Amino acid sequence: MHSLAFDVSHTLAGGLVLISLMMLYQDRLYSLLNVFALHALVLSLSVAWQAFIQDAPHLYVTAFIALVFKAIVIPVALHRIVKQLGIHRDIESAVGIGPTMLAGMGLVALSLVLMLRVTSDADPLAREDLAFALSVVLLGLLVMVTRRNAVSQVVGFMSLENGLVLAATGAKGMPLVVEISVAFSILIAFIVIGIFLFRIRERFDSVDVSALDDFRGERR
Amino acid sequence: MTLPFFDPVTAVLLIPICSAALLAALPGYRLTARLNVLASLATFLSALCLFVMERSSPGPYVLIDDLNIVFIVLNTFVGFTTSIFSASYIAHELETGRLTPTYLRFYHAMYQTMMFGMNLAFVSNNIGLMWVAVELATLTTVLMVGIYRTHAALEAAWKYFILGSVGIALALFGTILVYMAARPVMGEGQDGMVWTLLVERAANFDAALLNVAFVFLFLGYGTKVGLAPLHAWLPDAHAEGPTPISAVLSGLLLNVALYALLRFKILLAANPASIAPGPLMVTMGLVSLIFAAFMLYRRRDIKRLFAYSSIEHMGIIVFAFGMGGPLANFAGLLHMVMHSLTKSAIFYAVGHIAQIKGTQRISRIRGLTVTHPALGWGLVVGVVAIAGLPPLGIFMSEFLVVSSTFARQPLLAIVLVFGLLLAFGALTLRLTSVAFGEPRGSTAPADASYIPMFAHLALVLGAGIYLPAPLVVWFQHVAQLLG
Repeated sequence: MHSLAFDVSHTLAGGLVLISLMMLYQDRLYSLLNVFALHALVLSLSVAWQAFIQDAPHLYVTAFIALVFKAIVIPVALHRIVKQLGIHRDIESAVGIGPTMLAGMGLVALSLVLMLRVTSDADPLAREDLAFALSVVLLGLLVMVTRRNAVSQVVGFMSLENGLVLAATGAKGMPLVVEISVAFSILIAFIVIGIFLFRIRERFDSVDVSALDDFRGERR
Repeated sequence: MTLPFFDPVTAVLLIPICSAALLAALPGYRLTARLNVLASLATFLSALCLFVMERSSPGPYVLIDDLNIVFIVLNTFVGFTTSIFSASYIAHELETGRLTPTYLRFYHAMYQTMMFGMNLAFVSNNIGLMWVAVELATLTTVLMVGIYRTHAALEAAWKYFILGSVGIALALFGTILVYMAARPVMGEGQDGMVWTLLVERAANFDAALLNVAFVFLFLGYGTKVGLAPLHAWLPDAHAEGPTPISAVLSGLLLNVALYALLRFKILLAANPASIAPGPLMVTMGLVSLIFAAFMLYRRRDIKRLFAYSSIEHMGIIVFAFGMGGPLANFAGLLHMVMHSLTKSAIFYAVGHIAQIKGTQRISRIRGLTVTHPALGWGLVVGVVAIAGLPPLGIFMSEFLVVSSTFARQPLLAIVLVFGLLLAFGALTLRLTSVAFGEPRGSTAPADASYIPMFAHLALVLGAGIYLPAPLVVWFQHVAQLLG
């Protein structure tokens, strides 16, 4: 059971969870972006490994998309945006690092307990993958909740999507439709985000989402 | 009946997507607005053909059954009437300079792309494809909500984008879990995502995994339905986007998410060992209803008021489907159709009113029945309908929901009736201040399109007085299908 195939995919999926946890305590935007690029890199390695052991060549495409778009294009583009907006020094977490880390560990434990319990019949590779994927998804959510800055919320969202890709590739033989659509949605989402960031900047001279809160419709 | 060279399923998908490409390329506002109406009409007519068409057996991607025809026809009909309304509404926005011609091109192309996304979600037999379609429809509406580029519109679009994406991510995770649950039975590959095949063999799926999957799907798609703790995006998106979009958001997009939920509910019902989705849906439905009913009292913005009313009604519908059984399902289905028609009619009226008065503040709008009789009385009829007064259609469906609940769970029925009365009070309170009394604000004549609004209200009134027998039989059949 504990073959090389299992060990490697286990390491890579576990690595993703670890990097998700690392995201929680980054307090500068540049370092957050770098960690995200690492996240995407590990994801593409993990997907490529799944493609190899499942003998599913179409997964290489997913791995390639993850590598090119998420590990290179998007971090570089976000770097530029951050530089143009001049917000790289911002320390912008809404909750302290300590509580956030504790919450993160709690979420990982929760997802492990939940997924390992309900998938007792599934093959061990898939069930651990699923448990790790859920952790990554929940940690991505946590990043989105604890950050006030639009850019880091986007990073949180994309790391959440990475978790979904991990889950989709772990589910053996899942049709191509989903992988491509996931990649596509991220792409579209990024275009949307790009437009929005510039619009927000244009209107508010800031990408701090708390600035937006002052304009709730009710208070006009 | 079959016609050569014409397949209605292909038509409801191809017409919107082709016209979207065309509308994006064409300059000239009048031309594109008319084309938008024409394309929506063509889609609606092809959807009607689905009734008479001989159905082919469900393929791996496309499925047409009694359940989704109701949704598709309703979707394309409201899409068509909204395109008529949108033509006159947007003309006014262009005059006042809130939108530029470039944005209009974008707006019309997005409108058709959204229709494509929603129709695709309805016809898809593949749970993965359905997810993609719902995501597409959401992203296009996100772009349209932010189209005015004001502070409030951007905030609303951003919130909608973030919450919608989280919801859709949870839904995808749920979809993957369904595939995982099905894999030992269905084998690997395509079949594990095809809904009809899944339902056939759902009895042997791993129940525990299916339960967890449903929780994720319920939270994910429930965010889009606008159920109570997950509703935060809805009032903002409705209030800040262009009014035609508020109309389709309330009337259609919420239904798309609801439809996805219903499909998975049927899937779970086919597995005896899994949890019953009913109690979960009943609870969330009631929470939404009560919460929204209380929130209605504090609204000062007229579009926001009706956004909360949408949450309230989606709560009732989810409650009805959660109760299950032939009668409650019938009532839920009828309520959904009536709510879509009434709410979009209300938004048509509200859109023109807000344009004339130049404000959405309820306190600045008064005496509408005096200054603008057609709009004012249209709004009165709409609000009376949405508040659930006889003889309009919503009264009938609410009556059915309440009576079927009283027969089975009297305690729940008390909570339900409490919520309904609460909402009724809030709506009449607001309505009297807006529609009657000394006129306030601009009295400029309205250059409005009354036909869509009155067509919807006439249908709602007609349904309240007399439901045609074939429709009843059809709905009863669908109600049976829903279990």
